[in-house]
Amino acid sequence: MGKTSIIPFGPQHPVLPEPIHLDLVIEDEKVIEAIPSIGFVHRGLESLVDKKDFNEMTYVVERTCGICSFMHGMGYCESVEHIMNIEVPSRGRFLRTIWCEMSRLHSHLLWLGLLADGFGFESLFYECWRMREKILDLFEMTTGGRCIFSVNKIGGVLKDIEDGMIKTILRVLNDMEKEINTIKNTFLLDYTVESRLKGVGYLSKQQAHDLGCAGPFARASGVRMDMRKRGYAAYAEIDFEPITSDIGDSYARCQCRIEELTQSIDIIRQAAAKMTQGEIAVMAKGNPKGEYFMRVEQPRGEAIYYVKANGTKFLDRMRVRTPTFANLPGMLEAIKGAQLADVPLLILTIDPCISCTER
Amino acid sequence: MSEVICPDNVLIEIEADRILDTVMEMKNKGLRLSQACAAYVNDKYELSYSFANEDTYEYTTLRVIIDKETEICSITEFYPYAFLYENEMKELFGVNIKMINFDYHNKLYRIQAETPFLKKGV
Repeated sequence: MGKTSIIPFGPQHPVLPEPIHLDLVIEDEKVIEAIPSIGFVHRGLESLVDKKDFNEMTYVVERTCGICSFMHGMGYCESVEHIMNIEVPSRGRFLRTIWCEMSRLHSHLLWLGLLADGFGFESLFYECWRMREKILDLFEMTTGGRCIFSVNKIGGVLKDIEDGMIKTILRVLNDMEKEINTIKNTFLLDYTVESRLKGVGYLSKQQAHDLGCAGPFARASGVRMDMRKRGYAAYAEIDFEPITSDIGDSYARCQCRIEELTQSIDIIRQAAAKMTQGEIAVMAKGNPKGEYFMRVEQPRGEAIYYVKANGTKFLDRMRVRTPTFANLPGMLEAIKGAQLADVPLLILTIDPCISCTER
Repeated sequence: MSEVICPDNVLIEIEADRILDTVMEMKNKGLRLSQACAAYVNDKYELSYSFANEDTYEYTTLRVIIDKETEICSITEFYPYAFLYENEMKELFGVNIKMINFDYHNKLYRIQAETPFLKKGV
């Protein structure tokens, strides 16, 4: 038995764009236990329900995160819409679906770039982020924003995507699909990448279930759970199946996310083909009264928006449970038994978003 | 007592002393703890523990309403990963949760204010 020591990891570390701290209990080079500390940048956005009315909260909630801001706003709006029995028009629901999948593309490409950077493959990192820029350009073209979009409202969306823009989106995605196949081959077939990912940070299906994991992190261990199958936005009219793997290691997590890129492109194509002309929003009348737990599938997994309303314009409670919050216990388990040198990559494989977690 | 608030959202209100028995039932059914959170409404804590069926997407929330002084048991015995949710409830709202299996003692978030999510004057 080797000597046991504790190594502090973070809150500042080259692989961590945001602060999280782990106390790593190690024996020689092997991690025995990891104890997390968060809360370095906690913002308390949820407590703003006292000061912002339920319409204004849409813009507060979407500032939970700069990567999946659209989905945060949409998840909150759908929760309030359930309480108020508001039916969003068909075109509004399809527009939400398109922006959701563009957010997934942008987030997964960002993550793939960070992963490549994490194992020192700089040209692959540049390639992923170059492709991501094209998605941001599409966001700018359709919403006017590249980070915060502010196109959700209670009752639908604020902006339409004209037919010409839809054609541009489809053309860009057609070109991107070929580029995705190129990076897919590199990520999944290059032996240097394989050697850093295969067999590292294994999590079984039972462990993923027992630890409450969500999203691609759980699906890579065989948990077939994808909130899009609940049919929110226009997903009930889209043909797709959750992408899973039974392997459960870092390689499987990478594989699931890469395959979700092409799945997102397919969903956008389906949505564009099925979307008809019409209204994009309805007027929300009165104030909400009731409560609802809305679950949506963000790029990182299941996010939950709990809204409790009392019939006034100010809510009693609004709570966001982000996927990273759910995936932290699974990440700690995946780190156990790993080599110290693999810890940074293992943290990356849950695609942590501390901004969301510290909402 | 059971009330359907939406086809996939079932809310079950239980007494505080039944929390461990009921959570154990959820665990035995193979449900995943999806989230736990607190709210402070009408001078009482409303604690929500939500459980999800990964196959059918059914969603069941246990609701426990307690006074500010009432102590409630941690559910980390059955769902160890509930420690993050329970530490959050304790730190942000001041919910009196005992026996959390990894208690950060109000230092999960590095904020100076005590129970910042409780409305002022409480």
